Amino acid sequence: MSETIQLLMGNEAIGQGLIEAGCQIAAAYPGTPSTEILQAVIDRRDQAAEPLHIEWSVNEKIAFEVALAASYTGKRSVAVMKQVGLNVAADPFMRTAYLGIKGGMLTIVADDPGPHSSQNEQDTRLFCLQARVPVLDPTSPAEAKRLVPLAFELSEKYEVNVVLRPTTRICHSRQNVELQPPVTLKRSADFRKDPTRWAATPAFLPALHRKLNANLEQIATEEPFQPEKTAGDGTRPRTALVASGIVYGHLVDLLDELDLTGCCDLFKVLMPYPLNPEFCRRLHDDYDRILLLEETYPVIELQLAHPGAVGKQTGDVPREGELTPDVIHTALAEFLELKMPEAAPAERRGQRPSLCPGCPHRAAFYSIKKCFPHGIFPSDIGCYTLGMNLGAVNTVHCMGACISQGAGFYQAYAQDDGEVPTIVVTIGDSTFFHAGIPALINAVIQQARIIVVILDNATTAMTGGQPVPHLGIAAGGGKTKAIPIEPLVKSCGVDFLEVCDPYDTEPFEALLKRADDFIRSDDGGVAVLISRHGCIMDREVRASQPAYRVTIDERCIGCRKCVDAFECPALQMDAETGKAVANRDRCIGCGVCIPVCPVDAIVKEDS
Amino acid sequence: MMKQQIIVSGIGGQGVLFLTRVIAQVAVNRQLPVLTAETHGMAQRGGTVLSTIKVGDFASPLIRTGQADTGLLLWEANLEVHQGLLKTNGRLAVNATAPGPGERIDASGIARDLGSAVLANLVLLGLAVKQGILFCSAEECETAIRQLAPAKFVEQNLTAFQRGLSQQA
Ligand code: SF4
Ligand code: SF4
Repeated sequence: MSETIQLLMGNEAIGQGLIEAGCQIAAAYPGTPSTEILQAVIDRRDQAAEPLHIEWSVNEKIAFEVALAASYTGKRSVAVMKQVGLNVAADPFMRTAYLGIKGGMLTIVADDPGPHSSQNEQDTRLFCLQARVPVLDPTSPAEAKRLVPLAFELSEKYEVNVVLRPTTRICHSRQNVELQPPVTLKRSADFRKDPTRWAATPAFLPALHRKLNANLEQIATEEPFQPEKTAGDGTRPRTALVASGIVYGHLVDLLDELDLTGCCDLFKVLMPYPLNPEFCRRLHDDYDRILLLEETYPVIELQLAHPGAVGKQTGDVPREGELTPDVIHTALAEFLELKMPEAAPAERRGQRPSLCPGCPHRAAFYSIKKCFPHGIFPSDIGCYTLGMNLGAVNTVHCMGACISQGAGFYQAYAQDDGEVPTIVVTIGDSTFFHAGIPALINAVIQQARIIVVILDNATTAMTGGQPVPHLGIAAGGGKTKAIPIEPLVKSCGVDFLEVCDPYDTEPFEALLKRADDFIRSDDGGVAVLISRHGCIMDREVRASQPAYRVTIDERCIGCRKCVDAFECPALQMDAETGKAVANRDRCIGCGVCIPVCPVDAIVKEDS
Repeated sequence: MMKQQIIVSGIGGQGVLFLTRVIAQVAVNRQLPVLTAETHGMAQRGGTVLSTIKVGDFASPLIRTGQADTGLLLWEANLEVHQGLLKTNGRLAVNATAPGPGERIDASGIARDLGSAVLANLVLLGLAVKQGILFCSAEECETAIRQLAPAKFVEQNLTAFQRGLSQQA
């Protein structure tokens, strides 16, 4: 078997492609479905032919700016993020379109049609249209890798930032992928000062904008990125199918299964923006009817503006959700007047996700809900969103929003005469560093009276455990300076700061009550409680805490409190006995459920 | 060329991803094109997860309703969620204690005997190979397990696979 062909996940293929293309600075903030890209670069850093700096940046804006300046020196760089991360990086991203770059710079933005693991299903290709940045839309993991070096070349030829946009189904698909040896570029950092460009004032911007538009016209015609045509057999003249991204793959398989391969002309669009005007003209001249299949927004459709085209804009293709093979089947059957597929059975969601057995967040949420049954609970992005299952998460918006939302709730309630409900905000440690600090400063100076619980599990758990700034560990495991949370909180002007392990239910709840007293006292303000216990997915954390053999004895009255209100997935009701049981395969023996039971039926035997 | 569409269904934490990789690695070793799609992110926290594997000349990793040849179910309750993906004559291997559709085995029970419930994935793989509902042979699966499992777990993983393979169905 050949070592040069490996089974790689799309994200690994992209990471491998970055190493092979001689990328020397790689910066990212983790977020599903993009996370494994930087991880793949970390795992392969020994293969790099030249020095390689890799970082998990504190947020996406920072990742982008680090990669940007590195590119100014002539080296190849990349910033990696998920689609909503580009919103955070939007400011530098938009200006970069005008100012350009020097060494090849890619921004890899992973979109999440569906969405499967995101707060929206925005389309980075449309973002690129508004930013005037070329964007590539690979149709498979292997193609995503093939495009990486080509994208660097395009970037260098026109001195523009280029976006590679994989979607979840590319990122998290595996495929046989061919490996290549890394190139050696032999570049030394060489920043050529040019204030008319790198510090362009408004006086210089019209010229830069003009240059950008001229570049885009040229880029649209670049050979490697032209739409690829597969000619049909002529049975359906003047009819075409146009697809981009993974949807193209779904379409090819569907045509094969329906025995319709070659039934009409088929186009694969690799670069949805800028679309070659010549391609648009040809579609206008040569076809009366066109079906457009793309995720997630009608980006090609809008640029094409063909009177006979059907797609999302016309409502012939669903405007929301993932374009799965079943969805495409229906659209294709309508377009080609085929037998309609049987209505797919209503999608069932199956088992809902929940916080892991033994998760310290569960302990914290249970106590918060118990202490403040009528509280308002803004929360944030991460595993702990699942605190929703315990009724302890009322809002989830975007990274860091919970603290400002908590403050907003306070301001609105405090204007009225009635009692202000206790507002308890929960935010993860990684999210706190990402966007929570300015929000905390703001809440303090605006004199909001809220409790902020920082759920410190010492990792970015949701995305698989990337290091966070207070650990003092860099990407790849090397040591760096640790930035502890406590002094940060203090210097934000917070006067009430306590730290507690949420496994210790009683002291934790006592602190929550003290925090409530503080925010309601005369000189009260923001109270911060750091809920500190390592993520239970971390082997070392598991090994360092006792594992009890937890069982439920005959005293159980079947009240379901431990199953419904506490919601540990290791606890279930036994249909026959009507009593709760602990599932041996899933219980990790943390013992946190013990005080939950009103009749002390949950007991531990030491082991 | 040989073509097979496979689904692997379970809940987060059951080793669906590892099982998916083993099957796909067999295809790679045989120099067959393969595409998989996997569930990552929030659903991995104990929620329903699904992998699809398409071996042979395919362009997309996803499987349309009624197109899967074979289903491996590590979580029996997922049957009603994912059964629709199978062809009417599609074959099933299910981790279950009670009787029902498909070839069945108490993979979790056997895995627990072996010391770790997460080994149920390879017990089920053993059963599927024995029943001839996967394109892979036992030797090919063993090679792939050796390639992919961390060194200290290889023997335990192979034992689990053998237990599924030798089970009377
Ligand atoms: S001890 Fe209780 S809370 Fe902890 S994992 Fe077991 S059942 Fe869940
Ligand atoms: S163990 Fe306790 S909390 Fe759980 S159902 Fe029984 S009585 Fe209720």
